[in-house]
Amino acid sequence: MGKYREDPAALEGLVEADRVHRDVYTDPEVFQLEMERLWSRAWIYVGHASQVPKPGDYITLDIAAKPVIMVRQTDGGIRLLMNRCAHKGTKVVGDAAGNAGKTFRCPYHAWTYRLDGSLAMIPLKEGYAGTRLEATGLAPIKNTEVYRGFVFAQFSDRGMGFREYFGDSLSSIDFLADRSPEGELEITGGCLRYLHNCNWKMFVENLNDTMHPMIAHASSAGTAKRLWDGKPADLPKPMAVEQFVPFVSGYQFFDEMGVRVYPHGHGFSGVHFSIHSSYSPIKDYESAMNSAYGPERAKQILGTVRHNTVYYPSLTIKGAIQSIRVVRPLAVDRTLIESWTFRLKGAPDSLLQRTVMYNRVINSPMSVVGHDDLHCYRSIQEGLAAHGNEWVNLQRNFQPGEGEQLSKAGELTANGTSDISMRNQFRAWGEFMRPE
Amino acid sequence: MSMQTCEQDLVRFVIREARLLDEQRFDEWYQLFTDDAYYWVPLSPGQTDPLNHTSLAYEDSFLLKLRVERLKSPLAYSQKPASRCHHLLQAPEVENSDFQKNEFLLRTPFIYTETRGDESQRYAATAWHTLVWREDRLRIRLKRVDILNCDAMLPSIQLFL
Repeated sequence: MGKYREDPAALEGLVEADRVHRDVYTDPEVFQLEMERLWSRAWIYVGHASQVPKPGDYITLDIAAKPVIMVRQTDGGIRLLMNRCAHKGTKVVGDAAGNAGKTFRCPYHAWTYRLDGSLAMIPLKEGYAGTRLEATGLAPIKNTEVYRGFVFAQFSDRGMGFREYFGDSLSSIDFLADRSPEGELEITGGCLRYLHNCNWKMFVENLNDTMHPMIAHASSAGTAKRLWDGKPADLPKPMAVEQFVPFVSGYQFFDEMGVRVYPHGHGFSGVHFSIHSSYSPIKDYESAMNSAYGPERAKQILGTVRHNTVYYPSLTIKGAIQSIRVVRPLAVDRTLIESWTFRLKGAPDSLLQRTVMYNRVINSPMSVVGHDDLHCYRSIQEGLAAHGNEWVNLQRNFQPGEGEQLSKAGELTANGTSDISMRNQFRAWGEFMRPE
Repeated sequence: MSMQTCEQDLVRFVIREARLLDEQRFDEWYQLFTDDAYYWVPLSPGQTDPLNHTSLAYEDSFLLKLRVERLKSPLAYSQKPASRCHHLLQAPEVENSDFQKNEFLLRTPFIYTETRGDESQRYAATAWHTLVWREDRLRIRLKRVDILNCDAMLPSIQLFL
């Protein structure tokens, strides 16, 4: 029972081409439907292969409110299993990460499963003779894809294929992985886990909202700029200043950055350059890249400094920084944002240190940048209850027929301050929220 | 000076440091740090590396100054309403004294409360102060704060533990 579950037209009516109804952010029923539909039919980021390097290595996590195990198989493959004993429902693995050896054993009654999830053993199994016990194991998520180490899952068996879903947006993952002279990434440096008391979509939309940094971050990046402006000109610029100050670039800068969108909600800003373009070069790194790829290709890889790429709805990556932010919705007004960092195999440690520093100063629960962002999201969550206007505006640089144009062309590029990425996300939202 | 006086000075210093934070005297608080100081809040229990492993905060004097200055800015929207904090300290203990280098390590378990509007959060934590004598006064070279649940999902923590 429910207003939107029973009435597909009402649900469809929440999203118009250039605006969305507030219920998409505030209605618990809509959130529940999002988990059942959008977050089941979309390809959701689970983890990175480098988190489970050896057979038996696992991580556990909740995805769209479902307990999942990601485990490395003896044949080197990666499997995703439901962390739910076939017997009573106990989670068979309690730790967030570890090595299972050869089997998972339930802590309650010792039902035991192989790494592929199949049932290995039940104590006193003869007690089930003549019952309708079926050889059930840990339920696998059949639709699993590992792309350059990034592990994705699709819960629904009736969604679209991985390549069709992400299309050419996968180039951002390629450009990130290719920043390693060996073409390989390794997750390292820990995970920041920042609780956002807002709807998950506010965070995702903000990543390519280029009209906010100069306003919302004036107190942090603006203060960094002011403090640095007074320093002697011959003082070497600290990494923190390089990372903070571009946030308060002007409107023209962000507009000229450009934004590109792909079908099914994906897209990135920073088509031509970004706030990450002007970092000091790291010498040993560039020579390693030149010998690995040749100067021309190395220049192309290092010259691609996309700002944020959104792999709708769960993953956002910053190739030029080698970090990712992962969206884990918990409730209609609660979202966990995980921020992870990568070591580029074959690159000097100083590069990892730059990555780690960026993650710390921008994505930590103690980040002065994060504080102002989250304040604004929370403020929206509360402000939307206001009387008199039930709609959220996505109209900046709107052009009718945008959706059709995108479907035909496979990608669309616009000026960087356009709301096109938000409209594109909601087109996908509408597409994946329909009843089956 | 005698060892005893020194210990009393050290303990008093740590208590005063927390008081400056609780009374929001951030400029005076900032002056307690040496120019090469760090304020460190690790992300992982037992973390030893602040450079290759992410921290909740690892602030040199520039970043610390940035935090203090930002709190004065009328554009610090996340401080509308403003946060308040409170440190409930257990008696600081001198863990190590190096009289040669004039460097002292103190351990102070504490309960930290931070409030903003109707919201309140509370953490069990341990502060590790590395104090040095510089220009005839005690100063902080490193303040490390280990939050008991540093690896948990955390909301915005806006002031200083």
